[in-house]
Amino acid sequence: MARIGVFICHCGTNIAATVDVEAVAAAAREFPNVAFATTYKYMCSEPGQAMIKESIEDYNLDRIVIASCSPRMHELTFRKMLKGTKINPYMLEIANIREQCAWVHTDRAKATEKAIDHVKMAVAKVGKDKPLTTSTIPITKRALVIGGGIAGIQAALDIADAGFDVTIVEKEPSIGGHMVMLDKTFPTMDCSACISTPKMVDAGAHPNITLKTSCEVEKVEGYVGNFEVTIKEKAKYVNHDLCTGCGLCQTKCPTKVPSEFNQGIGTRPAIYIPFAQAVPSKPVIDPTCCLKLTKDKCGICEKVCPLQAINYKDETKYTTEKYGAIVVATGYELVDWAKMYPEYGGGKYADVITGLQFERLVNASGPTEGHIVRPSDGKEPKDVVIVKCVGSRDQNKGKSYCSRACCMYSAKHAHQILDKIPGSNVYIFYMDVRTPGKGYEEFYDNTRADGAQYIRGRVSKIFKEGDKLICKGEDTLLGKQVTVEADMVILATAMEPAANIADVAGKLGISIDSDRWVTEAHPKLRPVETQTGGVFLCGTCQGPKDIPDTVAQAGAAAAKVMALLNHDEMETSPMISSVDQTKCSGCGYCVEVCPYKAISLIQVPGRDGNRKVTKTVADVNSGLCQGCGCCAATCRTGCIDLKGYTNEQILKEVDALCQ
Amino acid sequence: MEKILNRKEGKLLAERIAREADVKLHECYQCGKCSAGCPMADAMDLMPRQIVHLMQLGDMTEVMKSKSIWLCASCHTCVERCPHSIDIPTLMEKSRMEAQRRGICAVRDVRLFNDIFMETVRGFGKSQEVILEGAYNVTSGHFFQDMKNVPKMLQKEIVRPELNQVNAVNEVRDIMKECEKGGANR
Repeated sequence: MARIGVFICHCGTNIAATVDVEAVAAAAREFPNVAFATTYKYMCSEPGQAMIKESIEDYNLDRIVIASCSPRMHELTFRKMLKGTKINPYMLEIANIREQCAWVHTDRAKATEKAIDHVKMAVAKVGKDKPLTTSTIPITKRALVIGGGIAGIQAALDIADAGFDVTIVEKEPSIGGHMVMLDKTFPTMDCSACISTPKMVDAGAHPNITLKTSCEVEKVEGYVGNFEVTIKEKAKYVNHDLCTGCGLCQTKCPTKVPSEFNQGIGTRPAIYIPFAQAVPSKPVIDPTCCLKLTKDKCGICEKVCPLQAINYKDETKYTTEKYGAIVVATGYELVDWAKMYPEYGGGKYADVITGLQFERLVNASGPTEGHIVRPSDGKEPKDVVIVKCVGSRDQNKGKSYCSRACCMYSAKHAHQILDKIPGSNVYIFYMDVRTPGKGYEEFYDNTRADGAQYIRGRVSKIFKEGDKLICKGEDTLLGKQVTVEADMVILATAMEPAANIADVAGKLGISIDSDRWVTEAHPKLRPVETQTGGVFLCGTCQGPKDIPDTVAQAGAAAAKVMALLNHDEMETSPMISSVDQTKCSGCGYCVEVCPYKAISLIQVPGRDGNRKVTKTVADVNSGLCQGCGCCAATCRTGCIDLKGYTNEQILKEVDALCQ
Repeated sequence: MEKILNRKEGKLLAERIAREADVKLHECYQCGKCSAGCPMADAMDLMPRQIVHLMQLGDMTEVMKSKSIWLCASCHTCVERCPHSIDIPTLMEKSRMEAQRRGICAVRDVRLFNDIFMETVRGFGKSQEVILEGAYNVTSGHFFQDMKNVPKMLQKEIVRPELNQVNAVNEVRDIMKECEKGGANR
């Protein structure tokens, strides 16, 4: 016979103000098998826990119900408490009478009635609780970082410094990401390349870090502590073991295509090192424009290479490696504004550029050697318009969110123009100026002091008249239309997640939101974890953010990885599904619905009457199963049960409620 | 719209006025606290905030054509509450003087009152309320403005029927001359 203890929490007045807790306790005492019921001001407090432990001894309880807040809040607290008692930590049920009762009701009598129902259900369920024990799985002490931008580099360096092997997978030929494209960084005006390239070099030279550039994640199998990742290495057509990065090939290559690194301002050859400080500083051939690979002509690079490192027959390679943890740092891209905003010329005016293009324009190693000139005619612009929120905060044409970094980099661009071009005028069209960061407001103040003219309102139209770009907007602070004749327009375009993020997320079994940003496990308390164990995130794959926030988040993700990899083995939750293989028909529905790829069909020996046969049945991988219960709900024969939430337990709850 | 000053001239003038008022125009981020607390805002055509914004833009034509610069009571509530302590009354005053010089006046009565006040001080060495009131009511055409208050004011001796002359009228005139010269030169 079960001996159940019921403990009802006041939660200060959170519960007690709306629910008559004493009445709930009195009702609980009448429920079958309840040996003891009481109330207390704060059950989660130390004296509260001590009281529960004492009661377990005094009344010889063998399972307990705690009526309090959501189990998400304190279920773990009470499980830990039970570890020090004779009761198994899983012989516990939480009746949520705060979030699901006290907080959402005002009628005290009805709320009390509902709280009693909650407790009644929990008592019915706890009667069928069985002791569960955790098991352990070994951990592979290596980490994979997907994305070689500043987030990925920082996370990799931190993990590698802690002594663990790290692999960085980067789809481009060099690590560095967007940060290395930037000229200066706000608000300190540090040279972006000067502070990021040492980190790139460190990552390239670190004994614990393996760089895999021109690579992508092809397939992810396994689970926390034991991922098996297949990495696809795109053909580079250059043997990097032989190549010394002398660069002779790229000077001789006759092909010229727009440079990705320079955002289309300026060109690069078909065999190229993306930029001077690239890591690795070795070239790759772009097979889409190389004359040899597309038309079987040319072949100059092969002839000039002193080390015979060119290999036109190079092929895509696949390797599979084991990792214990994965960090997603896939970063952002800028939205394709030209498709979204025909009113801004839709890309037909060469002098309407993006902020990232301006970064290349103003950068000393960029295509103009740092001279701010118009891409169309190479003339120095005198009147420059900066349009903010292009694609951001636009539910109709763009993204509903704020891209967070644009206010500051626009202020920086204005400062740079006013600084580099004497007598220039900068007009910034804005909706709000958001400067939430240390030293940011001061930077904005200084930019206005430099002479930047902020005009509140969105630009409605940009069109060309002679040599000028006419920007029409409203000064909403005056309620008047304004027209600015500009020589150049810089659009602060919205950030969006990397184009293939949905693909990557699918492979990893992590979720993305409606804007395709990777979803964190909890927006406040688990900001660098994903819903999938062992997969962490950092940087702009999670949402728009600036460099300081990205680096901080990368460090946080690295700390989480280290905490995981520091153990030789890890405990798994025992609340996972189990298959009664004697009843399983092997239909495979559970395999299809499982979001964690935790169920597979296996062959087991069985019997058909007296005949020995091989049966196909479902099998749950205890490392992968997260206990969501989809399989149990789908199972046609009812042979799958989620431990801790068995069908029997759920039905007992329903019975209790319907009696 | 008739432009008295082009943008470049306007910008220079706005900058000069701001310098004289010891105001850094770029500091204003248009929060509107000045306008929210202004006791004269109801009567103004442009909010004090908008006056500052127009000066930021160098649109002094709009500023000088506005009623607001004539209606500002110089109570300094705005300065007191401004997060950047921007001295709007002085900006208004200097703009008013510039407007006066160009013969622009959006609120005739205010200039009339001002002129009559100055004349009575010049004539008697001190403000003469009865003459000021009388002359203003007659010249403005508001014949009975404030008339019903006269008996009470006389009774409480807030105004006196007799003239309130000072001895050193000439010295006062000299001081006024100096001030006007200074004001014009500044």
